[in-house]
Amino acid sequence: MTSRITSQSVKLSAEVNIGVGLPTTVPGAKGDLLLEWARRADAGPFSSVGVLDRVVYDSYEPFTALAAAAGVTERVRLATMIAIGPLRSTALLAKQAASVHGLSGGRLTLGLAVGARTEDFDAAGVEHKGRGKRLGEQLAYIRGNVDGDRVGPSRDGIEILVGGLSGPAYSRMARYADGYAHNGGPPRAFANAAGRALAAWSDLGRPGKPKLWGQGYFAFGDIAQGDAYLRDYYAFTGPFAEKIAAGNLTSARAIKDYVRGYEEAGCDELVLFPTTAEIDELERLQEALA
Amino acid sequence: MNVAIVGAGPAGLYLAILLRKLDRGADVRVLERNAPDATFGFGVVFSEETLGALRDADPETHLEITDTFARWDRIDIRYQGRELTSRGHSFSAIARKRLLEILQERCRELGVVLEFGVEVEQLPESDLVVGADGANSLVRRFGDFGTKVGLEGSKYVWFGTDHVFDAFTFAFRETEHGLFNAHAYPYDERMSTFIVECPEPVWRSAGLDEMDEQESLAFCEQLFANELRGRELFSNRSLWLDFPKITNRTWHDGNVVILGDAAHTAHFSIGSGTKLAMEDSISLAAALARRRWDLEAAFVDYELEREPYVERTQDAASESAAYFGRIASYSHLEPIQFAFNLLTRSGRITHATLGVRDPSFTRTLDSWFGGRPVSPPPAFSPFDLRGVRFENRFELVESAVAVSEEGRTFPEEIARPEGKLLLRLTHAGRRGATQPRSRGVDLPLAVGWPVVAPTKRPYGPFGAIPGEPDEEAALDAFVAAAGNARAEVLEIDMAHGYLLGSYLSPLTNDEDDRLRFPLRVLEAVRAAWEGPLAVRLSVTDWHPRGNQIEDGIAIARALREHGCDLIHVEAGQTIHDDRPQYRRGYLTALSDRVRNEARVPTLVGGYLTTLDEANTVVGAGRADLVLLDLPDTEIERPIQPSNTVLLGEVRA
Repeated sequence: MTSRITSQSVKLSAEVNIGVGLPTTVPGAKGDLLLEWARRADAGPFSSVGVLDRVVYDSYEPFTALAAAAGVTERVRLATMIAIGPLRSTALLAKQAASVHGLSGGRLTLGLAVGARTEDFDAAGVEHKGRGKRLGEQLAYIRGNVDGDRVGPSRDGIEILVGGLSGPAYSRMARYADGYAHNGGPPRAFANAAGRALAAWSDLGRPGKPKLWGQGYFAFGDIAQGDAYLRDYYAFTGPFAEKIAAGNLTSARAIKDYVRGYEEAGCDELVLFPTTAEIDELERLQEALA
Repeated sequence: MNVAIVGAGPAGLYLAILLRKLDRGADVRVLERNAPDATFGFGVVFSEETLGALRDADPETHLEITDTFARWDRIDIRYQGRELTSRGHSFSAIARKRLLEILQERCRELGVVLEFGVEVEQLPESDLVVGADGANSLVRRFGDFGTKVGLEGSKYVWFGTDHVFDAFTFAFRETEHGLFNAHAYPYDERMSTFIVECPEPVWRSAGLDEMDEQESLAFCEQLFANELRGRELFSNRSLWLDFPKITNRTWHDGNVVILGDAAHTAHFSIGSGTKLAMEDSISLAAALARRRWDLEAAFVDYELEREPYVERTQDAASESAAYFGRIASYSHLEPIQFAFNLLTRSGRITHATLGVRDPSFTRTLDSWFGGRPVSPPPAFSPFDLRGVRFENRFELVESAVAVSEEGRTFPEEIARPEGKLLLRLTHAGRRGATQPRSRGVDLPLAVGWPVVAPTKRPYGPFGAIPGEPDEEAALDAFVAAAGNARAEVLEIDMAHGYLLGSYLSPLTNDEDDRLRFPLRVLEAVRAAWEGPLAVRLSVTDWHPRGNQIEDGIAIARALREHGCDLIHVEAGQTIHDDRPQYRRGYLTALSDRVRNEARVPTLVGGYLTTLDEANTVVGAGRADLVLLDLPDTEIERPIQPSNTVLLGEVRA
């Protein structure tokens, strides 16, 4: 009888938490679907729900979507993966983040980055140039409480992540944030970025380790439609759109390999984003992860 | 399927072979500007790994290629009258001409159409067009590949010789003009490749810029007469060149795909060009087979598979190119250390991996380093610094203390850690008065204190405007702190934009003599402290208008001359919006340059996480002491009985 206990395997690496994306950037996704998605994710095995950010697209505004998700969930973390900070004024960004944090009982993970598309900046009427500097100011403002808490509700305990692959991005992450938000891709790409994030963390003299968040895309049902969505969503990257579509995880096996690869690379939280807005996809993801 | 391959080099011919094998119905043409027997360069090198791939892809050519191979497992390093040998490296080489003959023959056998003497003036009208036409690819000009070309490394010239070397040989020759080096290897039973290389100033000083082909050949022949054993050098349009590093944002556009040198080059000093090119052909052919000629899908597969490998190889090649460019700065190293530094130059070989290939080499290095016939690896070797003995190279632990209340980052307590203590005396300057680092860095305190710096600009967002430093008070504070210090090594903080660091950088100090105040502090502390004295220094500001590594080396030299025993190599953080280049061991290459060019002992960290890295860095003379970042590893944890199992037992 006791042998049944000792035969349990000893895990050498910490287990990665799995989050799921809301299909807020899949064109045509209806509001009630997004809420049902969030509700089921909260009831399921997922530890977070994530959203993306884009202005010029048929997509939902991330903080608004997370505020709605906050109302139908009790447990999961609510994560922007990432939100484009410099599109918003600093005080309003802080206010939006603090509001979601407050509405959700302290469940916000605020991933921020500079954004890659000039058309979003044009549409928002914001200068694209100087976006890195502005993101630095926003991070210092949100984390540093430099306004003396005049812009409430309280921002205490907001988990902040920074994304991006440039030297300054890693440096901003290590200076102001709690962790790093990677932009997806094969596990070795994540491992490479994680190594840089850890080096930056050490360089800035931060105690402990940064939280490492990764992401990926999946489709089980209409795979062609999912691939087409990724090609369209990433058309602005030119030839990379095809590579991103080629990385769409379309089988249980692919999901398992991806999760294992990220786990081995030290990922703390992996958020898997749907590429079609079908509620069945959520259950099929759950089955694939089981 | 109609395929036009431009360029009948190894990549183009090999792809043609594989495509005809894949699909006998495919119409495959290879278009080549030159005649069938025209070839540049002499021999090309392959690794065991590549040979395995060639065997799997086409056993027939593999057999013929390996039949005419020169094989060896030694690297000889001829330096300052000594020859050092390292074994276990498994190289193979073949005459480029012979390789092309084998591939051409196989192409004909498989029904590939070979057209020589054809200039490609516009894109061939084919279903699939392949640019295998080398570094100066014409095909590349017909599409949008996002090509970037930069020069790397030194001047070089490619010769052949009828002296048959019996190892891959690196030879070094000091002249009145500077240091020359040669890369030589055999490629068949009669001939060797012989490449001569030197930095551009040396090349000009020797008058090579004015010599014609025959004169420069004679110059090289005489220079390396000893290595050539009196044999001749042969020219094949052998002109001095600069090496172009080529990268492309993408390797395909529409129905056009590029491979080999057209897509990416890797500096010749790691001998990977032909190998990368032929591996590209294998990958592309396999992708086309898997995707049943769906070109777009196959191109994406091919790029996804090859890119990471090519990028790693290009990075290693660039490290190697830069190493040979600054080779003269290593001439003070003992031959065995010089050789180990050379072997580990690109980061692909470490102390541990070399120890597997060639245990006797690392044993020789270790025993030279440790000064005893049997010695532990370099990181375990003792080190003496101004009367203090370190039992190993990684036992130093650092701790920082502010010299004055004004110079604190935030109110902090210092615990004395275990081990040999390096105590850093710091004055935060304009980075003072911030919240604790657990929260973030450079976040101003709600109620702080006035900060000082030689600039009026705050360090980061919402930071206070710095006041003018009271230099006399700061100087006194450093001296007083030095007088009270209890540590094995005392360190003055001149890095990361703290007070003294901000004096050193043009980004934060308009003064002409930026070393004035930091050197005063150094001299005063030197007078007050008898033990080892270190300076922590940002050797580059990682900003185009800031100090570059050359400036950092000059500063390190000045510090050494004013009594500093050890430079603790850091980089950046002089300003908050610098452009750092983070990766594992990112400070090691900087430490190498400071140690070997300023000739001062160095201490380096930079996210070194393994003893192997420490052994490699210390053994190669890139640093004297290291700070390890040991990640918390969980290799053992208690086994928790799971609830489900227990419940099962209860039921049973």
